[in-house]
Amino acid sequence: MSGAADRLPRLLALVPYLLAHPGVRIAEVCAVFGVTERQLRADLDLLFVCGLPGHGPGDLIDVSYSGDRILLSNADELARPLRLNADEALALVVALRTLADVPGVQERDALDRVLAKLESAVAGAAPDGVPTDQVVVSMEVEADVLGTVRRALAEHRRLHLTYHVAARDETTERDVDPMRLLLVDGRFYLEAWCRRAEGVRLFRLDRIVGVALLDAPAQPPPDAQPRDVADGLFQPSPTDTLVSLEVAPAARWVADYYPCQDVTEIANGWLRVRLRTPEVGWVRRLALRLGAAGRVLEPPELAAEVRAEARRALAAYDAVESPQR
Amino acid sequence: MSARRTERLVNLVICLLATRRFLTVEQIHTAVPGYDQAGGVADEAFRRMFERDKEELRELGIPLQTGSHSGWDDEVGYRIASRDYALPEITLEPDEAAALGLAARLWQSAGLARAATSALVKLRAAGVEVEQPVDLEPRVAVTEPAFEPCLAAVRAGRVIAFDYRTGHSAETARRVLEPWGVVSWRGRWYVVGHDRDRDATRAFRLSRIQGGVQAVGRPGAVQPPAHVDLVAAVAARASSGGNRTARLRVRPGAAVELRRRGQVIAGPEPAGRDEADPLGLDVADPLGWDLLELAYSSAEQLADEVAGFGADVVVVDPPEAQAAVIRRLSALVGP
Repeated sequence: MSGAADRLPRLLALVPYLLAHPGVRIAEVCAVFGVTERQLRADLDLLFVCGLPGHGPGDLIDVSYSGDRILLSNADELARPLRLNADEALALVVALRTLADVPGVQERDALDRVLAKLESAVAGAAPDGVPTDQVVVSMEVEADVLGTVRRALAEHRRLHLTYHVAARDETTERDVDPMRLLLVDGRFYLEAWCRRAEGVRLFRLDRIVGVALLDAPAQPPPDAQPRDVADGLFQPSPTDTLVSLEVAPAARWVADYYPCQDVTEIANGWLRVRLRTPEVGWVRRLALRLGAAGRVLEPPELAAEVRAEARRALAAYDAVESPQR
Repeated sequence: MSARRTERLVNLVICLLATRRFLTVEQIHTAVPGYDQAGGVADEAFRRMFERDKEELRELGIPLQTGSHSGWDDEVGYRIASRDYALPEITLEPDEAAALGLAARLWQSAGLARAATSALVKLRAAGVEVEQPVDLEPRVAVTEPAFEPCLAAVRAGRVIAFDYRTGHSAETARRVLEPWGVVSWRGRWYVVGHDRDRDATRAFRLSRIQGGVQAVGRPGAVQPPAHVDLVAAVAARASSGGNRTARLRVRPGAAVELRRRGQVIAGPEPAGRDEADPLGLDVADPLGWDLLELAYSSAEQLADEVAGFGADVVVVDPPEAQAAVIRRLSALVGP
């Protein structure tokens, strides 16, 4: 909220905020409104010359400072903030409804009550309110798994996970110390200290096959750092394997399904895709799935592995198709 | 917007909130500092300035009323009814404050995040306290440039046209859609509506829209059907289920994802084909593996799902899915 066009709505909210919080600290106001102290002071200087028609000394808004605290008065007309406009109502209502619809979320009741209370806050409220069903965010999660994970976080308890590692098609057993629960791109992830791997790991909730709450307290080591997910969950590392593959037009979806380093158009609608991954197992599975619509170029060992696995699979079909069947 | 204009607009809002009577343009011209600099009340420059200011207030959602206060005075006047302007008292319980804090941080980008933030600022300005739970950090990102124009068209009820490339072709095709809503499903955004050329309900992945989204036709032209299930419309295009049943042999312990979707109906077949292994547990032989039943919709879709498991899964039935997997594998081993 720092652009010039945002200034008027900010001022109209700043006045009631300061009236409702007399003597609030400057730094706190800056944090709530997302502005610098300089911007805030410029806003207050502007408000200082506004007021009722006549604009005599008694008509103007009063602003006074005491150390790092602000006191604003004589602004009765602006004592309440403006109602939520349609954009604001849509953003909040859809967010509340999205979370309330997550299976197993224990805040559902509170979320529903907030939704009901916000109805009166919307401008020009039509009988059926803002048509917020125009934006839907669908979240899929097992209610039981989510419930157990959140309980472990709330009670700081260790969890035992039966976890499916899709890239290797393996089911693993491990104890983890939960750190936090993330919801990124429509999926829930538990970030935890994995006692087996002795490192911070992300566990996709839909790949948790079994979960048990243990009596032991969760004790992630003090130096266990949550990962920064601001730029997406998966940040390629220079130690990852560089994979290069070519895909036919029918498999162009590969380029926007996986996080790619670069994508190049080659002849006849084919794409060349390069990506970095710590785990090439899923690329092998992808190549098998694509068949003639894909070609692994790099690394050559992976290309050889794909050929070998295809041969083994064809041999398995020979066995099934044998006369004894 | 210049500081001078912002100051004028703040004064205009205060002036129109303070009045019960409708104020005429002339009264406003006198009462609000700054208008006199554009000339007299009859001057075109002032009229244009006032029109722009009214427009600005309406865009912010300020309920500007027009009317006249008596039957014989037909000059139009203006006021803001503070009842319609002011956010009513809202008191949240602690768990509600936490729920609101959670929801307000859901949107990670651009338009929706900005709107949620400014909504939260208004609520705080109304004295509502907002808590931030620390153990749960839900985030929904919107990075597709097509999101805003699609949402705007949905809200305005306008038909849209765009170039679209599916994930299965290098060709783009012009699509004309009556949009009903935007949906995030499995972390990806779609616009759902009635495809005019196909005459059917369709979902389009926003990231596959090439170039801009043009709104065509008049606002209000699109009437979404009542009780439309937008998520179902998106899920239908990627459904892995189906109403037919395939039979697969699955190596013990392998293909966990398929096992979770399907049902193992028989363990290793005691075929007794090998005298040395009377129980048929030889895991090198697919006939000694678990027999799994799995719902599917088409042979190609089933082959897509199964082929990646390589030598761990063998399609027994239907034959056309078996052939589809073998075709994929054969292409990889070369001639």
